[in-house]
Amino acid sequence: MTTTLPLRSTDIEADPVPRLPSAARLALKRGAMELKGFFRTKGQFIVIFSLPAIMLMLLGAMSGSRAGLPGITGAQILTAGMIGAGIMGTSFQNLGINIALERHDGTLKRLYGMPMPRVAYFGGKIIQVLVCMLAEVALLITVGVLMFGVALPTTVNQWLTFTWVLVLGGISCTFLGIAAGSLPKSTRGANAVITLPFLIVQFCSGVYIPFSDVPGFLQIFASIFPLKWMTQGMRSVFLPEQAVVLEPAGSWELPMVALALGGWCLLGLILCLKTFRWTARDDG
Amino acid sequence: MSDTAVRVRELRKKYGDVTAVDGIDLDIARGEVFALLGPNGAGKTTTVEILEGHRRRDGGEVSVLGEDPSRAGRTWRSKLGIVLQSATDAAEFTVRETVHHFATYFPRPRDPESVIELVGLSGKADARIRNLSGGQRRRVDVALGVVGSPELLFLDEPTTGFDPEARRQFWSLISLLASEGTTIVLTTHYLDEAEALADRVGVIAAGRVVAVGDPATLAGRAEAEATVCWSTPDGERRIKTSSPTKVVAELIAQFDGEIPDLTVTRPTLEDTYLGLIGEHP
Repeated sequence: MTTTLPLRSTDIEADPVPRLPSAARLALKRGAMELKGFFRTKGQFIVIFSLPAIMLMLLGAMSGSRAGLPGITGAQILTAGMIGAGIMGTSFQNLGINIALERHDGTLKRLYGMPMPRVAYFGGKIIQVLVCMLAEVALLITVGVLMFGVALPTTVNQWLTFTWVLVLGGISCTFLGIAAGSLPKSTRGANAVITLPFLIVQFCSGVYIPFSDVPGFLQIFASIFPLKWMTQGMRSVFLPEQAVVLEPAGSWELPMVALALGGWCLLGLILCLKTFRWTARDDG
Repeated sequence: MSDTAVRVRELRKKYGDVTAVDGIDLDIARGEVFALLGPNGAGKTTTVEILEGHRRRDGGEVSVLGEDPSRAGRTWRSKLGIVLQSATDAAEFTVRETVHHFATYFPRPRDPESVIELVGLSGKADARIRNLSGGQRRRVDVALGVVGSPELLFLDEPTTGFDPEARRQFWSLISLLASEGTTIVLTTHYLDEAEALADRVGVIAAGRVVAVGDPATLAGRAEAEATVCWSTPDGERRIKTSSPTKVVAELIAQFDGEIPDLTVTRPTLEDTYLGLIGEHP
């Protein structure tokens, strides 16, 4: 390289051995860019981030004091359910739509042609999902506490349960979202292909109506998916102990929650590895 | 360092039953500006995408900057610049954010601000990319292609949607990059673009290279018959000849002064090109 080239930036040229940036550094850069993009894309921000809180306020206010037991309101049950739905929305729905758009607008193709380690892309996604998810959960808890008298967990055990349900639920739904991002065939279809199944699963999993009110065969259907187990885990954390009698199983089934979510993490990872592709399909 | 930037032998690619690339050979030297010409569906984009590592080939040998694109790693990619044909990504980011962001991926990037200026987007640096016109959007793609100061730059139909002035600006940018020693491989529909920019052109039709050469002499263009044309009181006269100088000399003697409306034309690149692809439907 000569120094007469007019376009090279001189400060960078002073470095005699230029090195490729590390994967961790690029993952952070991508994470920051992804977050900026998420909050700037109004459709995503409104539907994925704001909607759960708005639904919680509306439905919570309408459910009033309809309760199965003294000291437990419908709004409290709803808050626990919406926290589960919020975790899945900011991971599964968010990534499913986002990656489908990126596949069709050329983002994935551009990144594939860049000297970027593949892991930096997924690292950036995880940063974006994590920040959105924690903000979403914090928002929903705040609404629940301020508007509907939800009590924050008091024991270390409850906080531990909260943490592992969040982590396992978040990871499994992140993997499923990445895999689902391969399904939509067009940009326009992305929202419907991802959001409709998510909405159906939300209804069956006891997010909008108490799980005990869901018909038996739909309860069984919901048990296939991770959301039912996430809401159940969150109810064990945010509802008083006596609320356990409202569970169809008669207990919180925490070992089963862990098993189901752990299983979905594994299955989700396999689905991701099988379905994710950077390049266009070889169909023209 | 080898003198060859791109070497392709017997390249083949099928999509299902359709043969897109049917045995292409190419040699592109370092520092050369090479244009791939051809009608839609001829296999230009498929060929370029295989060279970029975006597509897998079915057969043949490919070496790009000394490596096989289907196996090459990050260091190889950091020497490449790719200008995609139809990207609409990064819509919510500003031009400045996007160029700065992608500059950080490279070990030896150009200064992002001078890249923005170079592609003529200084006035739009803080505009969201979604709000740019089609031509401005393409200039962002060009900026992202050159920000890593690549040794080899691929441009797939780079000036589609440019107005004539933007096109001229783009041409001088390419000439500047070429004068720095960047190897440039571009596909284009515009023959004037190939003629203005390329040291050599390759014409692809139906998945095969049908001619390669200097655009001025492609497929015997320089030796082809010229047309001498002038006006007489009875109307226009034209003669096709392989010795136009002799014809003109005779005319000078005949007219004893200015020959009215005299023109001498060789076949244009377009005539040559249409002749070539017409033979290979």
